[in-house]
Amino acid sequence: MEIWMAFLVGGLTAVGVYLMLRPHLIQFLIGFLVLGNAANLLIFTAGRLGSSFPPLVQPSGTVLEPIANPLPQALILTAIVIGFALAAFGIVLFFRAQAVLHTLNAEAMPETLEAAPAPSPVDEVREERT
Amino acid sequence: MNTLILKTTSRFLFTLLLLLSVFLLLRGHNEPGGGFIGALVAVGAYALFALAHGLSAARKLLPLPPLRLVGWGLLVALVSALVAFFLDKPLMTGVWFSLFGVKIGTPVIFDIGVYLTVFGALLSAIFGLEETADRTPEEAS
Amino acid sequence: MSWLLVLPLLIPLTTGILCLVVASRPAQRVLGLVGALGLLAAAITLLVQVNQRGIQAVQVGNWPAPFGITFVADHLSALMVLITGVVAMVVALYALAEGDQPREQLGYYALCHFLLFGVNGAFLTGDLFNLYVWFEVLLLSSFVLMILGGSKAQLMGGVKYFAVSLLSSILFLVAVGLLYGATGALNMADLATRVGSVAPGLLSALAMLFLGAFGLKAAVFPFFFWLPASYPAPPVMISALFAGLLTKVGVYALIRVFTLLFTQDTAFTHTVLLWVAGLTLLLGVLLALAQGELKRLLSFQLVSHIGYMLMGLGILSPLALAGSVFYALNHMIVIAALFLLAGLLQRLQGTTVLVRMGGLYQSHPWLAVLFLLPAFSLAGLPPFSGFWAKFTLVAAGLQAGQYAIVTVALLVGLLTLLSMGLVFAEAFWKNPPKPFSPSATPPGLVLPVALLALLTLGIGLWAEPLLGLSQAAAQELLEPSRYIEAVLGVSR
Repeated sequence: MEIWMAFLVGGLTAVGVYLMLRPHLIQFLIGFLVLGNAANLLIFTAGRLGSSFPPLVQPSGTVLEPIANPLPQALILTAIVIGFALAAFGIVLFFRAQAVLHTLNAEAMPETLEAAPAPSPVDEVREERT
Repeated sequence: MNTLILKTTSRFLFTLLLLLSVFLLLRGHNEPGGGFIGALVAVGAYALFALAHGLSAARKLLPLPPLRLVGWGLLVALVSALVAFFLDKPLMTGVWFSLFGVKIGTPVIFDIGVYLTVFGALLSAIFGLEETADRTPEEAS
Repeated sequence: MSWLLVLPLLIPLTTGILCLVVASRPAQRVLGLVGALGLLAAAITLLVQVNQRGIQAVQVGNWPAPFGITFVADHLSALMVLITGVVAMVVALYALAEGDQPREQLGYYALCHFLLFGVNGAFLTGDLFNLYVWFEVLLLSSFVLMILGGSKAQLMGGVKYFAVSLLSSILFLVAVGLLYGATGALNMADLATRVGSVAPGLLSALAMLFLGAFGLKAAVFPFFFWLPASYPAPPVMISALFAGLLTKVGVYALIRVFTLLFTQDTAFTHTVLLWVAGLTLLLGVLLALAQGELKRLLSFQLVSHIGYMLMGLGILSPLALAGSVFYALNHMIVIAALFLLAGLLQRLQGTTVLVRMGGLYQSHPWLAVLFLLPAFSLAGLPPFSGFWAKFTLVAAGLQAGQYAIVTVALLVGLLTLLSMGLVFAEAFWKNPPKPFSPSATPPGLVLPVALLALLTLGIGLWAEPLLGLSQAAAQELLEPSRYIEAVLGVSR
């Protein structure tokens, strides 16, 4: 079972990384969601599958079966909620970006808006520039 | 969207969904459910109503602007976490008491805070998106 | 007692909530300042407490460690929280004087305090997954702050900042998940007792995953490209807060995991850290020299000097770690001062493009002095706090025989001085390209910068107390047993 989950996580990661490398921001966001699911499944698998691993053992040694370890599920739930909040924020952000910048293509977004030539310690060069 | 069917049913569904959301919130006490999922259902109710009757109509059904609701929700959650201070226990220690035979505790109050917070936060996001969507065609023209 | 430890969390949270609930702008302004002052007071009390009684721990919700969530304050955490309080208070003063009405109405003060809530939570938590949650708290607040007001430049920077942060979140999540899978624990003290049983190769791989996740946040080589693209975009009352606090959270997390958890194979992991440190130092400062815009230049300087903190971590001797901690504290003060000053200059001259500035020495000579204090401190000249930070690191490097990194560190100090000298020559010394009418600066805006500048001078002249505290922090970091005992011993 674990081995199949590993392949699934690997496949989802590949899809997510590919989408996140695309220039379009919506594709990037979908890639993030896929990658987030891959991470969640990974935690789920890392926390051991099945109900054969009880979380708490009483001091007397009695094992509280058949209860699965709830911790991975709690972690995943937290991660899902956070991922949900991030995605919701991302959608609103990209929506505003589209309205203001008129593009969602990351490659059409320069690093700075204003050209700022670097000052030079040598006076002659500076005079040429200014 | 101006279909008669949606307008009529959304009124009933709105009430039903809100009831369901409160049911889910209180069910979270001991069974699957809770503040987060309850708030999502309540947001669904408002989103549906806004879709059928317009944003301003949906806003009128809110007692407070959504972002203030977030504040109040967080405040409720914070107060529930601080109760333990008066009993000399660490932060967020669950305190339980009995009210008319029903066991009530700070986790329940915390959940109500979560409910209000998630409700307010999501609703303000959705309202914000719909408002910009309404405005954008005008800006373009 | 246990409540003192959570006060640095509760005060910003309460302030933030009250700012959300209270609509009126004057009330929010008062709340913003009172909250910051309260945080500073709580942080001082916490540091005194930790210094007197040793590491403090509290089990939230009364669930015993390692099952519940633990908050721990050792010297490192308490010091970081203290400087956070200082930066928060100074930035609050600056924001009050700036009076940016639209941004204040959009909830600037509430968001600032939620950001502080997240930052302090990250410094104080003793649980790795909880650290992830705190990262998200501070990230979400910083996203909104980054684009608050919604100008074109802010949205452009915000998109990049958002995208990179998502990536670092996922990396962190994967790293935590795999570490949990390998050890079955999330409490950091509990993890520290268990990592020994993990296969060394696996542990080193995990260490590199954490280096990626935290390195993205701390903006170290090769992950620093996003910082100069986004930090200069928002107004300085926001970017000074970011520059002072956010990258240091990443540095703190690196220091924590690379002293507590990943110390099995230091020949590999800490050599990687040293390489990362050296390349960050060099590339950051060289790129800073090529910049023509003040806030971008400062952003590259910020990146470059993160390398110093990693250098101490990579050497991993008591003196080196003390140097790292001291450097982080000093850097938070200095870089916040420089960013605030950039905002002040922008207000005076209407631009931060260096070739278009000039003549400020003639019109505002005291402002030039105010620039030179943190600038010299950044370059590491005596008698400023930056000198002692660099001195400690270089001495530790020489002791450990790491001559290569020491050479880089000294060279970068020189290049920083050159870069700061260029800024001084351009913005203050040369004649203005076109005449400008010098307007009077509101004293409210100068006061915060002056406070920070005097603080760096004060620490430089009287370095003993802070250096002593940093050494105590380094001692605790190198003896994890005390940390583990404080966390796990409380309930047993």
